[in-house]
Amino acid sequence: MSSEFKNPVIRWIDHRLPVFTMMEHSAVTYPTPKNLNYWWNFGSLAGIVLVVMILSGIFLAMNYTPHTSLAFDSVERIMRDVNYGWLLRYLHMNGASMFFVVVYIHIFRGMYYGSYKDPRELLWIIGVLIFLTMMATAFVGYTLPWGQMSFWGATVITNLFSVVPIVGDYIVQWLWGGFSVDNPTLNRFFALHYLLPFVIFALVALHLVALHQHKSNNPTGVEIKGDRDTIPFHPYYTVKDAFGLGVFLLIYLGFTFFAPNFFGEPDNYVAANPLVTPAHIVPEWYFLPFYAMLRSVPDNFIDAWGILPIIISAKAAGVCIMFGSIILLMFLPWLDTSKVRSANFRPVYKWAFWLFLFNYILLGYIGGQPPEGAMLTIGRVSTFWYFFHLLVVVPFLGKYERTLPLPESISAAVMAKESK
Amino acid sequence: MKTTLFAALIAGALAFPAVTNASEGPKLPAQKWSFDGPTGHFDRAQMKRGWQVFKSVCAACHSAHQLYYRNLVELGFSEAEAKQIAAGDNVPAGPNEAGETHVDGQPIMRPAQPSDKIAPPYANPAAARAANNGALPPDLSLITKARKGGADYVHAILTGYKEPPAGFQLQAGMNYNEYFAGHQIAMPAPLVEGAITFEDGTNATVDQMAKDVSAFLTWAAEPELEERKRMGIKILAFLLVFTALLFALKRRIWSDVH
Ligand code: HEC
Ligand code: HEM
Repeated sequence: MSSEFKNPVIRWIDHRLPVFTMMEHSAVTYPTPKNLNYWWNFGSLAGIVLVVMILSGIFLAMNYTPHTSLAFDSVERIMRDVNYGWLLRYLHMNGASMFFVVVYIHIFRGMYYGSYKDPRELLWIIGVLIFLTMMATAFVGYTLPWGQMSFWGATVITNLFSVVPIVGDYIVQWLWGGFSVDNPTLNRFFALHYLLPFVIFALVALHLVALHQHKSNNPTGVEIKGDRDTIPFHPYYTVKDAFGLGVFLLIYLGFTFFAPNFFGEPDNYVAANPLVTPAHIVPEWYFLPFYAMLRSVPDNFIDAWGILPIIISAKAAGVCIMFGSIILLMFLPWLDTSKVRSANFRPVYKWAFWLFLFNYILLGYIGGQPPEGAMLTIGRVSTFWYFFHLLVVVPFLGKYERTLPLPESISAAVMAKESK
Repeated sequence: MKTTLFAALIAGALAFPAVTNASEGPKLPAQKWSFDGPTGHFDRAQMKRGWQVFKSVCAACHSAHQLYYRNLVELGFSEAEAKQIAAGDNVPAGPNEAGETHVDGQPIMRPAQPSDKIAPPYANPAAARAANNGALPPDLSLITKARKGGADYVHAILTGYKEPPAGFQLQAGMNYNEYFAGHQIAMPAPLVEGAITFEDGTNATVDQMAKDVSAFLTWAAEPELEERKRMGIKILAFLLVFTALLFALKRRIWSDVH
């Protein structure tokens, strides 16, 4: 079966270690639905950004010093005195933001086209795990330059673990390696920041194994039924992905070269100072929706329930809601019982989807505002809607929605579209 | 087409919350800077004037911790001039042969060299506070990146001193400034018309000095700015062509898919 390669060296290796056969199967002959639209570019883009992050990160690490009295200045030295250090650092900083843009689009793509459904549940769950690990990586990475936001962000977020009953305070001290965010914290965060991207890499490998088992979903949501539905990955999708990469790089490098601090907070160019609290502690933009959920539970709401504060504090409720919002995503394949995958054939779910997306972006906006007045109210309604959508709207529509007739096959759908 | 539009919208909307507004004080008057825009660059004459303002006014209270004397060469000073400027300042000499860093409680000093960081006005933050009514003059080497508005903000602060409006309670030792959060700033108006004589003959108005020093501080915060923008233009131009070619190639390869 294997070893049909012309080059004798490749043939010799492949006979003993079939890596070339593997590559051939997964990136050249790999049968891919012929109707994938540009939303299917974001998976390969995410993989490329991960590689860019790891490469730029390793070179940054060669010049970075994880010590509270040196970290800030060592990053500035990278910016000023290391050859192309400014480029490495700006690529890494903006790469983190781009990574989240790409992965957010990738996730919402999956939600729109029902890509999480049987038989792709594990593929989806591994994806959610990648998202969680990315958030952990970005969070510890953001503490490394040891600016004001690094320090105070780390303080706020690590403090969340204090809500764990009984052992909460011990957990926080254990995370810190002391009694506040300090040098031991910075050291372990650096170690973790080096480790976690490779955990992501391993998860991505699993993600791909699961993907190749049942192949890509597609805009119709109808499974591949025969050869007429597919085209080989190469050259069709290699060239399409390459074009997508070009467009992506124009945007990514546009920010890197011309507005490198667009996604950043000015306060992080002030060295960390435990004695001065910034006026507004805001996390990086990609955390803002979760930050809004965290702060959506006010003290008096809990008090109104009388006995509840004894069991759960407002802070604990906020933390549960925040982590719950992500954990819940893992159950999406079972919450959505509709047999039809693609929202193109689900007239009601389609609108529910766009509303959910709008609501999520709104949460992000709220997360960046001080939690007062109208903002707090909108934040609460939005948080409620996030859960209501997943727990009530989705199961309800799965049961009662009248879906449109599905095309017979992918190729039939493509034909129908072309004859129009 | 519709989908690409959606993509752009979503990317934009996701990025939008990053622009959080902690709106304090009035809007900053936007200045024209030579370093604005994709082809921005530093005006060497302005840089030299800015350095003069910084050195003869601001450096009395503020440090610029990230800068070395050798960096001045990038502003258009010769190596000899940078050396001469450095030699005018004193820095702690470090331990002598006997291992001492201090004599009679005073640090042993030596003239600075181009490889030294620009000498700070105070030995430590406590000394800085003691000399400034308890307020700490922040390090200025990153100030344009560390404040919303950057150079516009620094310029606005330096030109924003006014009489407090009637009924405004100004604390002792504080000054009213239109653009500072809370309007009470511990820094007394540092620029006075004609306080310095520019070597290039430019008229030293408060506005001129404020502009020049703000431009200088932008360079101090982003010395890579010129190289970054020049490189960016080349790379983006290349990418634009390359991506267009890829698009044409994609169309061709896909033309046989039905
Ligand atoms: C007499 C000492 C003194 C001089 C001279 C001085 N400053 Fe300051 N500066 C201060 C002090 C003190 C503060 C802190 C103010 C506060 O926090 O209320 C300050 C704060 C600042 C700030 C920060 C404002 C903020 O947003 O926190 C900037 C920018 C600044 N100075 C720029 C300059 C520039 C540029 C010059 C030279 C033209 C200069 N200063 C000269 C004492 C001085
Ligand atoms: C999943 C991939 C990664 C993500 C999402 C990520 C994210 C981040 C973020 C958000 C920062 C803060 C940037 C700033 O504001 O300055 C950062 C800094 C840093 N990262 Fe990463 N990173 C990743 C991979 C890596 C890897 C693999 C390494 C090294 C092996 C690394 C090394 C560093 C170093 C040394 C810094 C501090 C320097 C700096 O702040 O620029 N990163 N990272």
